[in-house]
Amino acid sequence: MIEVDGLTVRYGGVTSLDAMSLTFEQGTCGLIGPNGAGKTTFFNVLSGFVRPAAGTVRAFGADLLSMAHYRRARWGVRRTFQTEQAIEELSVFDNVAMVHEHARLGGASRRGDVLDALTFTGLDADPETKVRTLGAGQRRLVEVARAVVGRPRLVLLDEPAAGLPDEETRHLAEVIRRIPEHTGALAILVDHDMSLVSACCATTAVLDFGKLIASGPTAAVLRDEAVIRAYLGVA
Amino acid sequence: MRATLERASPARIARRPTRPQLIKGGVTAVLLLFAFFALPELLSLYYVDTMTQVAVYSIVTLALGLLVGRVGLYSLGQAAVLAIGAWAAARLLFATTQPYPLVLLEAGLITMLAGLLIGLPALRLRGLYLALITLMLAGSITVVLATVNFPNGGHGFLGYNGGLLHIPPIRRPSIAASDPAYFRYSMVVAVLMFALVLAHIKTRPGRAWAAIRQSEPAALAAGINIWFYKLWAFALASFITGVAGGVLAGAIHYLYSINFPTQDSITLLAVTLMGGVFSLWGAVVAALLYQFLPALLNNWGVSADWLIILFGVGVLQVLTTAPAGLADQVPRDLARLGRFLGRRLRRRPGGDAE
Repeated sequence: MIEVDGLTVRYGGVTSLDAMSLTFEQGTCGLIGPNGAGKTTFFNVLSGFVRPAAGTVRAFGADLLSMAHYRRARWGVRRTFQTEQAIEELSVFDNVAMVHEHARLGGASRRGDVLDALTFTGLDADPETKVRTLGAGQRRLVEVARAVVGRPRLVLLDEPAAGLPDEETRHLAEVIRRIPEHTGALAILVDHDMSLVSACCATTAVLDFGKLIASGPTAAVLRDEAVIRAYLGVA
Repeated sequence: MRATLERASPARIARRPTRPQLIKGGVTAVLLLFAFFALPELLSLYYVDTMTQVAVYSIVTLALGLLVGRVGLYSLGQAAVLAIGAWAAARLLFATTQPYPLVLLEAGLITMLAGLLIGLPALRLRGLYLALITLMLAGSITVVLATVNFPNGGHGFLGYNGGLLHIPPIRRPSIAASDPAYFRYSMVVAVLMFALVLAHIKTRPGRAWAAIRQSEPAALAAGINIWFYKLWAFALASFITGVAGGVLAGAIHYLYSINFPTQDSITLLAVTLMGGVFSLWGAVVAALLYQFLPALLNNWGVSADWLIILFGVGVLQVLTTAPAGLADQVPRDLARLGRFLGRRLRRRPGGDAE
């Protein structure tokens, strides 16, 4: 569970997040909104790349903002990026093992945990192949495996299906939907693809100009007047 | 989906070497054995000395390739770091009777400390700025060395005496007093340094460096302490360059600050890029370009100064057509040539070649 209270981020004169308050209980939760709404900024605050001007974030009882950014991964924050970031010159196995070894989970369980994460994503590739030889969909699955390996508590997925064909998106959606039951983590999915969000997320929150404008069960949120206005613009 | 995963499970992951890996290992072993046993017998003393320099500078370009290729740190101060190692080793060799390997280790550690002192502030910078600041530091070190001079058997902390008439040579290990023996000694040291770097690349620090080079934000998000691992790379590169400086001191017997001009650092980066920064062989190719090629030209009576033009063109060629350097390009092109010739030869007997 994550509780965000009064989170404010300013870049110079631009207020990117404006006193945002939000609670996600469990499962895979969606976070949507038009371009520039502050979704990625929110992830950057959770990752520690951006220092908020005000507000608190409590995740599973821990004060996330007080942790150094590289310690957050140890605590259990995992993340994927809008532009896919699997490491090209390492093998699939090493890509995932690298996250495991910096999460301080001990070397004894590493091999098993890494293979378990790869199995979970259903990646159809030899773990010893170099990532640079993989296709876009497979690389995305490597990223997801990196995000779920070991004991994640908060899995942040930033447009994981960007640029993927429909069939691969459907497979990815199924994997993302199962992250909470498989790992016990809370997963937050940022995406523009409404069908992906509908397929994965029971709960969804909507940001617009840095403010939370709706939150609740996904189907209800997507029918919300304010949400439709935010996406389509006001006449 | 299930089936493919079971195929990918334990048996395949027991990292058994593949055929290309075995071939690569075999070729490496043969080349090393040839260089160790046969080369000193086949070459004249002039070229044996050159090959000793190649062994020394392969460590230097290895360090530079590690920084540039694995971590993405552009350092233009490598010749100065080498000078620090040579200075420390020379001072220790004159002042003590310690065994040579111990002196090399200490020279490496002293250079590592110096490298860390430089790295602590410099690593807050990246790219062009890091290159610039390391170049300035290299320039400063050249100036300092020109003032304090290299130890020449004098007394005091600096060990330099400008009034000495008979300057004693820097000693070599007793088992490697002759030039061929010293070449072999240098080669063993170089192999050890390559093994040390390989051990890093294949394990945790190597994976962390790869992550940093690809994307610093993604590396941070993966829990990597970027600053610490960059400093680690800097320390390792300084250490092995310091050891190389120690080997160099024994190789040439007399050290002068004019042996380490600042521009050498720039040429070193050029040859390192040409050799290839993504493979350890690249360092050997770079050292051959840097030491063997000038020796060859000198022997033919051609000024080695022409090389600066050749290196300029070479870097351009590498950066535009083969970013992984000659170590990657040449074997690939040779294989292509082999396939081409193979096809021609197979077609001949059929009579349909023309």
